[in-house]
Amino acid sequence: MTDVSVAKEDVAATGDLVVLKSVNKHFGALHVLQDIDLTIARGEVVVVIGPSGSGKSTLCRTINRLETIDSGTITIDGRPLPQEGKELARLRADVGMVFQSFNLFAHKTVLENVMLGQIKVRKSDKKEAEEKARALLDRVGVASQADKYPAQLSGGQQQRVAIARALAMGPKVMLFDEPTSALDPEMINEVLEVMQQLARDGMTMIVVTHEMGFARSAANRVVFMADGRIVEQAAPDQFFSNPRSDRAKDFLSKILHH
Amino acid sequence: MPSPYVTHPEAREIVFDFLEGYDVLGAFWMTVKLTALSAVGSLIWGTLLAAMRVSPVPLMRGFGTAYVNIVRNIPLTVIILFSSLGLADIFGVTLGTDDFKAQGFRLAVLGFVAYTAAFVCEALRSGINTVPVGQAEAARAIGLGFSQTLRLIVLPQAFRSVIGPLANVLIALTKNTTVAAAIGVAEAAALMKTMIENEAQTLLIGAVFAFGFVVLTLPTGLILGWLSKRLAVKR
Repeated sequence: MTDVSVAKEDVAATGDLVVLKSVNKHFGALHVLQDIDLTIARGEVVVVIGPSGSGKSTLCRTINRLETIDSGTITIDGRPLPQEGKELARLRADVGMVFQSFNLFAHKTVLENVMLGQIKVRKSDKKEAEEKARALLDRVGVASQADKYPAQLSGGQQQRVAIARALAMGPKVMLFDEPTSALDPEMINEVLEVMQQLARDGMTMIVVTHEMGFARSAANRVVFMADGRIVEQAAPDQFFSNPRSDRAKDFLSKILHH
Repeated sequence: MPSPYVTHPEAREIVFDFLEGYDVLGAFWMTVKLTALSAVGSLIWGTLLAAMRVSPVPLMRGFGTAYVNIVRNIPLTVIILFSSLGLADIFGVTLGTDDFKAQGFRLAVLGFVAYTAAFVCEALRSGINTVPVGQAEAARAIGLGFSQTLRLIVLPQAFRSVIGPLANVLIALTKNTTVAAAIGVAEAAALMKTMIENEAQTLLIGAVFAFGFVVLTLPTGLILGWLSKRLAVKR
């Protein structure tokens, strides 16, 4: 809780990449984010878990301002999130995002999906963008699908392309908003493996997920949210073996015992 | 009156001799020119209007909404007459020509563009609504701005989903160009009126011109229908 986050700030004062301070958001009468304080250090992998409706997806989406906030501040690499406009677009290019429903551009091929941002936002030349795109598609294991359209790929393949598309921008931090929740069970692992590799390579990651296995093996820290608040945060071992709050104990007892 | 079904060459000449001395093809060519120019113009203006209607700027949204709701509820005849009598005669808008015929043509195109764009805008806007919101979110998430997101991601998908409705608008436009006769543009309907006044074969003249319009619009519908299937975005 608060004492933990204070400790974190002390440890990584210079390396803080994403800092949320007393962030609040309402959807009408619903107070979805309540005084959220969260600091993510450079190279850290933070997994956000919690029951549905706890605000974890919303939290993830506020970090690149796909959701606006009512009060509080969010800074990325020392710069506060700007208002909608060119500045914000520039900042979003530095923050990779992977969605639950993939959201690959349906009218463009896989290769074009990965090239588009490089050409239109980073202003790379076409040849350079294509080389980088092919290398990234190879890295996530879908190089052979480069000329197909998203609808021709399986969910797992689409999500790996989406990861490659985000990586093509050379992001400072990657946000994953329930990246495996829309996948058939047999495709979850291929996506998690790519994410695990990314974590090993030192990418800063904020992952909203229900995959406890991934949280255990790849996360530096687990953040547990319920009812719009961060209830507890701890190292994965500590959190899963010895949760302190009753809310977390209750949540874990429901998901881990079958 | 000899039957039009007689196949004797001379008989055919007698049946259709009322066409002699009239430039029917020329009149339909004028219809085609009116339609083509107005179609291109209204596609551009309609797209801009649609972009305004979905833009985050309240003033633009307001303008787009007001324009569409006013213009599509005014009868086309009123708009065409206004562009001739109002714009040209009262405000002296000449559209860069002193030639009366050329001026009438340009004013007619202006009127058709103004009118048809409202329908193009609404067709396109319904197309924009078929593009899942995640597409625009993904575009913004990689750092594309509003206009890039619209131009590169949303509109290309929206256009493909509304080729069918746009074909309807184009067919309606083709037929609507007959209103230009009201301000003296020598297109098909104007010639038909002249011919009906001068010749006896009223029914046949009507049939010839009806057939002419079907020849123009039927392929439009068929080709665009085929294109709409071919270009559909698979999800």
